[in-house]
Amino acid sequence: MADKPLLHVEDLVLYFRTAHGDVKAVDHVDFSLDYNKAVVILGESGCGKSSLSKAILRLLPRNVQAYSGRVFLEGKDVMALDEEEFRLKVRWIGMSMVPQAAMNALNPVIRVGEQVAEPALIHLGVKREEAYQLVQKMFQLVGVPADFISRYPFELSGGMRQRVAIAMALVTSPNLIILDEPTSALDVLTQANIFNVLKRIKQELGTSFILITHDIATSSELADEVAVMYAGQMVELNAAKDFFREPLHPYSQKLMASVPRLKVEKEPDFIVGRPPSLVDLPSGCRFAERCPFRFDRCKEDPPMMEKNGHKVRCWLYA
Amino acid sequence: MNTVKNSLKDISRYPSAIAGVIIIFLLVLLSIYAVISIPYDKAITMWRGGEEFWKANPKFAPPAWSNLFTSKKLPESFHVDTADGTMSKVVTSTGDDTSNVTISYSFNFEADDYPQDLIIYFTTTFEQKQPFASVSLFTPTGQEIRVADTGVAQQQTLRFSQESRMVNRYSNVPVMTGMFSDPKDPPHAPLKGTYKLVITGTTFEKDSTFDAEFVFLGQVYGLAGTDMSRRDLMIPLLWGAPVALGFGLLASLGTLILTMIIAAIGAWYGGWVDSLIQRITEINLVLPFLPILIMVGTFFSRSIWIIMGTAVLLNIFTGQIKSYRAIFMQVRESMYIEAARAYGASDLRIIFRYLVPRMIPLLLPGLVSAVPSFVFLEATLAVLGLGDPVLPTWGKVIDDAYTNGALYKGYYYWILEPAVLLMITGLGFSMLGFALDRIFNPKLREM
Repeated sequence: MADKPLLHVEDLVLYFRTAHGDVKAVDHVDFSLDYNKAVVILGESGCGKSSLSKAILRLLPRNVQAYSGRVFLEGKDVMALDEEEFRLKVRWIGMSMVPQAAMNALNPVIRVGEQVAEPALIHLGVKREEAYQLVQKMFQLVGVPADFISRYPFELSGGMRQRVAIAMALVTSPNLIILDEPTSALDVLTQANIFNVLKRIKQELGTSFILITHDIATSSELADEVAVMYAGQMVELNAAKDFFREPLHPYSQKLMASVPRLKVEKEPDFIVGRPPSLVDLPSGCRFAERCPFRFDRCKEDPPMMEKNGHKVRCWLYA
Repeated sequence: MNTVKNSLKDISRYPSAIAGVIIIFLLVLLSIYAVISIPYDKAITMWRGGEEFWKANPKFAPPAWSNLFTSKKLPESFHVDTADGTMSKVVTSTGDDTSNVTISYSFNFEADDYPQDLIIYFTTTFEQKQPFASVSLFTPTGQEIRVADTGVAQQQTLRFSQESRMVNRYSNVPVMTGMFSDPKDPPHAPLKGTYKLVITGTTFEKDSTFDAEFVFLGQVYGLAGTDMSRRDLMIPLLWGAPVALGFGLLASLGTLILTMIIAAIGAWYGGWVDSLIQRITEINLVLPFLPILIMVGTFFSRSIWIIMGTAVLLNIFTGQIKSYRAIFMQVRESMYIEAARAYGASDLRIIFRYLVPRMIPLLLPGLVSAVPSFVFLEATLAVLGLGDPVLPTWGKVIDDAYTNGALYKGYYYWILEPAVLLMITGLGFSMLGFALDRIFNPKLREM
C-alpha cells in the first residue's frame, strides 16, 4: 500500500473536437496522489481543470477527439477497463465526484435521501433500508439534518444542497473524491463550513481529495499538495506548505500575488493578458507571452523539471 | 400526497376542468353500470340477436321521450304475456277433454298516430288436435273487429296487418289506420280511448295448454329507440361507453408512453439509434394514417385490438417524438444527469429514473387530450365500415344509421344519440386536458 500511490496519472490526454479545431483541454498531464492526502488544482478558468477531473473519472462528452494515457487507481490500470467494468468497479467504488455546480447536480424530481441512496443501491447492492441508514450516517457527517431526507432539492438551501452532494460522494466510502469547485456560488461563511466538513471527512475517513478551485485562500486549509494548471498542462506540482510560502513557476507566483492579504498593505496583483486559446497554442512555453521573466529559451517547450523535490515546468529552473 | 392535493386544488380553480372531471366521472359510472347490468356475453348476444330476439320491439322507433317535444304524440310500444302473468287468462273446463281459454287485455290508446302493428304469438302444446283461437279487438265505441278465427300450431304468429280478413276489410287504407280510426270520420284520425283485446281459445285435449303474447308495436320505444333490426339502442349506447373509454385511454396511454420512452432512448444514446428513430419518424410522418388503418381493417382483421395496436404503432412515430426528443436533449445536458453518470447509474436507469420522470408533467395533459382523438378514431373507423364486427359501439350505431338512410328518412335520434355521447366524451376530456395543460405548463396561464 505504501509503495504504490492511491492515484497515479501518466501522460493523460483529453482533446475535444469543435468547429474551430481541436481543443487540447488536458495535454499530457502526470501526477500522483497518496492515501489520505488532498491535492488542490489551481488555475484560471478554461485551463483544463474540470476536464482533467472528467478525464480521470472517464466522464467524456460526445465530441472527444483524443483520450489516452494511463490512470492507476490503487495500483490498477483503470484505463484498460471497458466502459461497463469501469462504471461498476471504479465509479463511486474507487473514486467519486462532487460535480461542478453541485447545487444543480441533484435530480429535481427525486427526494434527496433517495438520491443519495442511489449510488449505494447501484454499487453496494444493499437493501433500501440499509442504504437509508448509510444516508443518515452521511447526512450526520456532512451536517445535514436527518429530517431533510424526504425533502426535494428545491426545498434546500445552496449550502445544504452542496452538503447533500458531498454526502452522495461519500455514501459508498471511496478512497478518492474529486471535488470540482465545491464552494463556488456559496457565501464565505458557508464555504468555510464546507471546508470544515471536508477536513473532518479527511481526518475521520482517511479519504483523499482532488480539489479543483479558484479559491486559493480557503483551499490552503485543506491542501497537502498543490498542482497548478495552465493551458491544459500542469506547470507546477509542489507541497502545499512550500507552495504557499514560495511558489516556483512565474504563473504560480502571479497567482499567489493576486490573492489579497490581510496584514500586508499591498494592492493585489493581476496577470496581464489572457490564457492562450486551447485550440491554437503557441509553440514553446505557453505562459511566455504573459511572463515577466521571459527570455530566449522560452521559445522552446519546457519539460517538467525537478527543484528541491518539487516539479515545475519552467526554464528558470533548468 | 401533498402534491396530489395541490394538483387537485389547482384543478378546482378551473371551472372547465371541474366540468370535464364530472363528465368523465359520469362516463365512468355509465361504463361501470353498463358492464354490470349487461354482462359482456349478454350484450353481445343481444346485439347480434336477430329479429326473432327483438320481436317485441318496433322498427326505427325513436325514444319514448321524443313525444315530449312533438305535438303529435306517437304510440308507445308494450307487450304482455299470459305466460308471465302480465295478461290474464281464464281457463274453464267444458267437458272431459275440452276447455275454453279466455284471454282479455284492455289498453289505453291516447296517441295521435297509429301503431306499427299488433302481433300475437301463440304458444300451445297438444298431441294431435290443434287448439282453436278467435281474436277480436273492441274499439272504444264498442264496435267489435273480428281479426281472425284460426287453428293454432305450437308456435304461431298472428300479425294483424297481414291477416287476410283485415287486409280485405280495410282495402283502401293500411290495416292499422282502419283499425284505430273512426270510420265515420274521414279523413281518418286515430280514435282515442280504451281498446280491449279478447282472445277466445278452445283446446281439445286434456293436457293441452294455450298461451299468448300480445305485442303492441308502437312508434316510440324505451329510452333510446330502436334500429332497423328492432334492437334496443340502449345496448350499444351503454356499451359504447366502456368501449370508447377503454379504447381511448389504452390507445393514448400506449402511444404516449411508448413515444416518450423511444424519444428518451433516442436522445440518450444518440448516434445511429437516434438517427434510426428520427428517420422512421420522418417516413411515418408522410405515410397517410387513415388509409393504412383501412387497409389493415380490410385485408387483415377488424378486431378492435388489432386496430388499436396499429393505431398506436402508427401514432408513436409522429411529430410528438421530435418535440419530446428536443426536451430530452436539453435535460440530457443537465448537471444532475452528469452526476448520475458519474456515480455509475446505468443507461437504462438514467433513462427511466432521470429522463422520463421529467416529462410526466408534459405527458399528463397530452394524455388526457389525446383520449378524444382515439375515441373519435374508433367511431370514424366504424362509420367507414371497419368497426369491430362483434362489439356494440357508438360508431357502429352511426354506421347503421347511415347505411339505413336515417337522416334521409328522418330518424334523427339514431344519429344524434351516439353523436352527442361522442361529443360529450370529447368535450369532457378536452376541457380537463386544457386545464391540466395550464396547470403543468404555467407559461400557458393567462397573465
